[in-house]
Amino acid sequence: MSNVIKPRVDINEDYEKLYGFHMPDNYVFKAKPGLDEKIVREISWMKSEPAWMLENRLRAYQHFLRKPMPNWANTALLNSIQFDNIYYYLKSTEKKGDTWDEVPADIKETFERLGIPEAERKFLAGVSAQYESESVYHSMHEGLQKQGVIFLDMDTALKEQPEIIKRYFGTIIPAADNKFSALNTAVWSGGSFIYVPKGVKVEMPLQAYFRINAKNMGQFERTLIIADEGAEVTYIEGCTAPVYSSDSLHSAVVELIAMPHARIRYVTIQNWSKNVYNLVTKRAVAYEGATVEWLDGNLGSKLTMKYPGVYLMGRGARGEVLSVAFAGNDQHQDAGAKMVHAAPDTSSVITSKSISKGTGRTSYRGLVKVYPGATNSKSTVRCDALLLNKESRSDTYPTMEIDEKRVSIGHEATVSKIGDEQLFYAMSRGLKEQEAMNMIVNGFIEPFVKQLPLEYAVELNRLVQLEMEGSVG
Amino acid sequence: MTNNPLLSVENLHVSIEDKPILKGLSLTVNAGEVHALMGPNGSGKSTLSFCLMGHPRYTITQGEILFKGKSILELEPYERAAAGIFLAFQYPTAIPGVSVANFLRAAMRGVRGADVPVKEFRLTVKTQLKALGVPDAFMNRYVNDGFSGGEKKRLEILQMAVLGPALAVLDETDSGLDIDALKTVAEGINSQRSPERGILLITHYQRLLNYITPDFVHVMVDGRIVRSGTAELAHELEAKGYEGFRTQSSAPVHTVS
Repeated sequence: MSNVIKPRVDINEDYEKLYGFHMPDNYVFKAKPGLDEKIVREISWMKSEPAWMLENRLRAYQHFLRKPMPNWANTALLNSIQFDNIYYYLKSTEKKGDTWDEVPADIKETFERLGIPEAERKFLAGVSAQYESESVYHSMHEGLQKQGVIFLDMDTALKEQPEIIKRYFGTIIPAADNKFSALNTAVWSGGSFIYVPKGVKVEMPLQAYFRINAKNMGQFERTLIIADEGAEVTYIEGCTAPVYSSDSLHSAVVELIAMPHARIRYVTIQNWSKNVYNLVTKRAVAYEGATVEWLDGNLGSKLTMKYPGVYLMGRGARGEVLSVAFAGNDQHQDAGAKMVHAAPDTSSVITSKSISKGTGRTSYRGLVKVYPGATNSKSTVRCDALLLNKESRSDTYPTMEIDEKRVSIGHEATVSKIGDEQLFYAMSRGLKEQEAMNMIVNGFIEPFVKQLPLEYAVELNRLVQLEMEGSVG
Repeated sequence: MTNNPLLSVENLHVSIEDKPILKGLSLTVNAGEVHALMGPNGSGKSTLSFCLMGHPRYTITQGEILFKGKSILELEPYERAAAGIFLAFQYPTAIPGVSVANFLRAAMRGVRGADVPVKEFRLTVKTQLKALGVPDAFMNRYVNDGFSGGEKKRLEILQMAVLGPALAVLDETDSGLDIDALKTVAEGINSQRSPERGILLITHYQRLLNYITPDFVHVMVDGRIVRSGTAELAHELEAKGYEGFRTQSSAPVHTVS
């Protein structure tokens, strides 16, 4: 009885303008595409690394060759990755800047357009900006330095803090963990290293921003965060890339160590363009009374596979994963969490919220494991999926391995379509269909957004609005 | 005076999935009038309310709905809201994560077609919250999420009061309310009576009419209005029940107003 008005918006248009731009290629070093042992050696040589790291890389490269491709999540997309077309190492500038003025003009302009220096001035305690393979800018508040906080890009950390890196690097996520952790360990470059000394509480967040600029780029940053006893830190990472017709690969490894009674909050707002494979391994250990929280916002990319984990190793340790995934047309977000209870009185909470639009596909894949003796452990898993259109898809693959009787485990999953009744209710109050839909979606992710620092909450809402354009009809 | 009636429903025929629900319903509501539409379950009362608001599931096969003299059949629900029609739902929908404050603000903006200054918004809402005996904390709760029946109905009335429509259609606003909640809601409705506003109360029971005296009462059976009269008719209805009116349903009767 009525004609539905369908706004025509090109979804990629706004991404292209705001994030999808690219700068001319100016490189001081660009390895040839494809991967062999020679490239691995070259990367290590370029960085003047100690011998142990080169050996580490070479072993990892062998693991990468031997390890099979995962035969789950999305094998069609995984098997279409052209490893030979990827550039594994790209250095865009000789010198890293301590001030933005020292950063080459193109790169500086990129980060200015992404709002990084502005955010830094307003509310960050430190910033690291990575462009392709290398960190190009780094800063931290002087006060934190005085308190002994270390915040470096990983390459510099390897030079300046070799003992601590050698001691912890790859201990939480061994190279052989999976094909992509092996690849990262072989060719890693950039990423962050943070050490927060005993009892130091870093009030303002530290942020890293990862930018891919070149076509067919592979970005393999490596991050290690250690919060010593009773220390607290919040780390935020953001990432974007230009829109290209050929694929890029982002494969990070992130290791977190929360010593007794420490607290680490790791926030990701990922916003990759739709030609990026995002295959990331993230894992934390939490010792007695420690807390690790992963807040994971997954927007964009072609295929994301990411399951942040917390190994609860000491009595009373607590882990939380709170994630939001948004899959638009032809995108697949396969995300989830892994909680391993290996001590008594440990608790974990997994909250997964996913939105599928058009032909977008989201999957929740999770593991809760409780070892014998982890008595009085508690775990709550909640997955909510929202489907915007008829052809949208969502699946849940929850796994529970509970080998201890005295535990409390809860699991709840809901899948809902944006209801005609919800839409009609909002529209009867004067909201246009697109506005009504945006409002419902924003409400759906509210439990996630309200956990973010205000500036990021605003940003995330804006990103979701961008994704929502053209979702009606 | 040749003023158009506020609402004029003419010989309306409506189906859901080819099943006819409304079978030639006519009704006129003028500004300043309160009409009560009464009928048994399944008589098509809620269908009429959804059709007035433009629910996409209903197909109008015949007839016309004029609002202020213009056909609204081609208008989207939000356009009808902006034109001045409001529907208080029998079963209001929850929108988790969206606060009452944000929802009301968006609704006011939608209906007015322009942003509402924060100060004015706060003042309007505060006044109405007070009138309805609802605490301010209500504004921070998520729309209808975990609301009791009474809270849902209060929120509907709050929205009506804040949006100030020319025509308010209240679908079974009395259902599921205890006597105290019923009184508060009825007071809320009474306070919205005005010479500029038409109100259509849809109700199954007579009890709401103990608190709100309508100007006209219509009895609806099987998709048609079979009797129209004044407030007295409601009492007759209470005495006789709907059974007494069923036999009349074969002969459609037009309204008296």
